[in-house]
Amino acid sequence: MDITLNNRPETFERESITVSELLELKRFTFRLRVVKVNGILIPKEKQDSTLIHNGDNVQILYLMSGG
Amino acid sequence: MMIRFADIQDHLSQFRVGIAGAGGLGSNCAATLARSGVGTLVISDFDVIEKENLNRQYYFTGQIGMKKSVALKENLARINPDVFVIIYQKKLNRENIPVIFSGCDVIVEAFDKAEMKEMLIETVHEMMPGTPVVAASGLAGWGKSNDIRHRKIDDMLHVCGDEATETSDDLPPMAPRVGITAAMQANVVVEILMKK
Repeated sequence: MDITLNNRPETFERESITVSELLELKRFTFRLRVVKVNGILIPKEKQDSTLIHNGDNVQILYLMSGG
Repeated sequence: MMIRFADIQDHLSQFRVGIAGAGGLGSNCAATLARSGVGTLVISDFDVIEKENLNRQYYFTGQIGMKKSVALKENLARINPDVFVIIYQKKLNRENIPVIFSGCDVIVEAFDKAEMKEMLIETVHEMMPGTPVVAASGLAGWGKSNDIRHRKIDDMLHVCGDEATETSDDLPPMAPRVGITAAMQANVVVEILMKK
């Protein structure tokens, strides 16, 4: 499947993948973050069960302290 | 089409912008939005001004010990008395954010702690759908001006900052990078409102 990850094209050998798997695969290890799939915010408790499919737009934002 | 600053100010005066936090980001962003002529600013902060805050926050030595929200309202009135400033001395949470910022056209995330940033973005997305959030992430230290940028995630979420540097003892937040980020947030707010 082909998806857009943070505005860049990404290809995976599988037909779908969960948000948690994607985070692990792409090493998004930083704990404080916001994940959106096609504009919908996916809260932490739903990241294990939410599937990403071909054509999806995934945005991951790391939240750094400081202000 | 020619557009003068007076026309821009006129247009911006119709809108209400929420600012979550009145520290380095919030105080500087509010000052910039007041100068631009945004009609109403809703600012919430429970903190008191300390001497250490003056390295980046829009306050003055004589205001040390004052509530940030109260001092900011005073400073904004000196910049532009036409801006209507509503202040709350509250620690923001999932329950009070939709109440305090109800009716806001845009919300600026101007917290210090990453946990609070996450909470605000989640709460507005969940409870106030259709309200864009302009967040900040990554502004510690000095230099690397061009690493600080604006990223539009979608119509409802924008982020300003380098998305990499986190404040620590040897990487403190300082006026230049905090100021760049706060002004960038204000610029995104103006851009959003000018399209309305």
